[in-house]
Amino acid sequence: MSASLGRAAAALLRWGRGASGGVLPGAGVRAASSGAGGGGQAEQLDAMVKKDKVVVFLKGTPEQPQCGFSNAVVQILRLHGVRDYAAYNVLDDPELRQGIKDYSNWPTIPQVFLNGEFVGGCDILLQMHQNGDLVEELKKLGIRSALLDEKTDQDSK
Amino acid sequence: MLSAPLGRRLAPMATRACVSRAGAAGPAAAGSVEATIRAKLEQALSPEVLELRNESGGHAVPPGSETHFRVAVVSARFEGLSPLQRHRLVHEALAEELAGPVHALAIQARTPAQWRENPQLDTSPPCLGGSKKTRGTP
Repeated sequence: MSASLGRAAAALLRWGRGASGGVLPGAGVRAASSGAGGGGQAEQLDAMVKKDKVVVFLKGTPEQPQCGFSNAVVQILRLHGVRDYAAYNVLDDPELRQGIKDYSNWPTIPQVFLNGEFVGGCDILLQMHQNGDLVEELKKLGIRSALLDEKTDQDSK
Repeated sequence: MLSAPLGRRLAPMATRACVSRAGAAGPAAAGSVEATIRAKLEQALSPEVLELRNESGGHAVPPGSETHFRVAVVSARFEGLSPLQRHRLVHEALAEELAGPVHALAIQARTPAQWRENPQLDTSPPCLGGSKKTRGTP
């Protein structure tokens, strides 16, 4: 399942040359497309990171990550029950791979954006997950972390 | 907790994840990238503690590579800085290496007080194979 789905999602993720509209690959994670349009590289990336509340740039896809650090980002989002987020696979597009590093002034992948703002990579997201900051940041975006619901369940038993 | 199960899987991954690529050359002197990273971080951040680990052996790169590192930097310079700001300081110090041989850098940037609460270098998640199409670029 995941290989063909990954390719389909990757085709839609073709940066700067993508088809419009999105496809739901199954788990509610949108295969985000950047859409056609003019403007420079920075403007396009700016639009991409602002279009969705949670945007991540990964090596691989959420269904099939190809890097342990990218996978860690996917797993953290899954733990928090964040199902609707834009995921861009940099392995499919060398221009995107370099472009996002220039845009964020950050040398590595994965990269996480919340509400259009660059938050950091895997280490920072993990730190935010461990110290409770991620729950708070998601709350600000109107996303209720699944971990809050788990806690509530435990409290009421 | 996320890191514990990942940490347990790391050891077996280290032996099976290392894929040799024919024709790839290693660094000129063993450990030279590691030595450079250490020197630059010491100069830039005057750390109280600097723990650096070459994790390349756990990834799909040739033996002897110096491409994947994990570093714990403990410095008073980090006081009052957000995690993002701290990481950017580390990146600045290692700009050349990150534009060059270093493909991945896991960073723990702590103040001395934070380090005393938890004085250890974490482990990285296991490699999932990386890029199959491109090579050499982070």
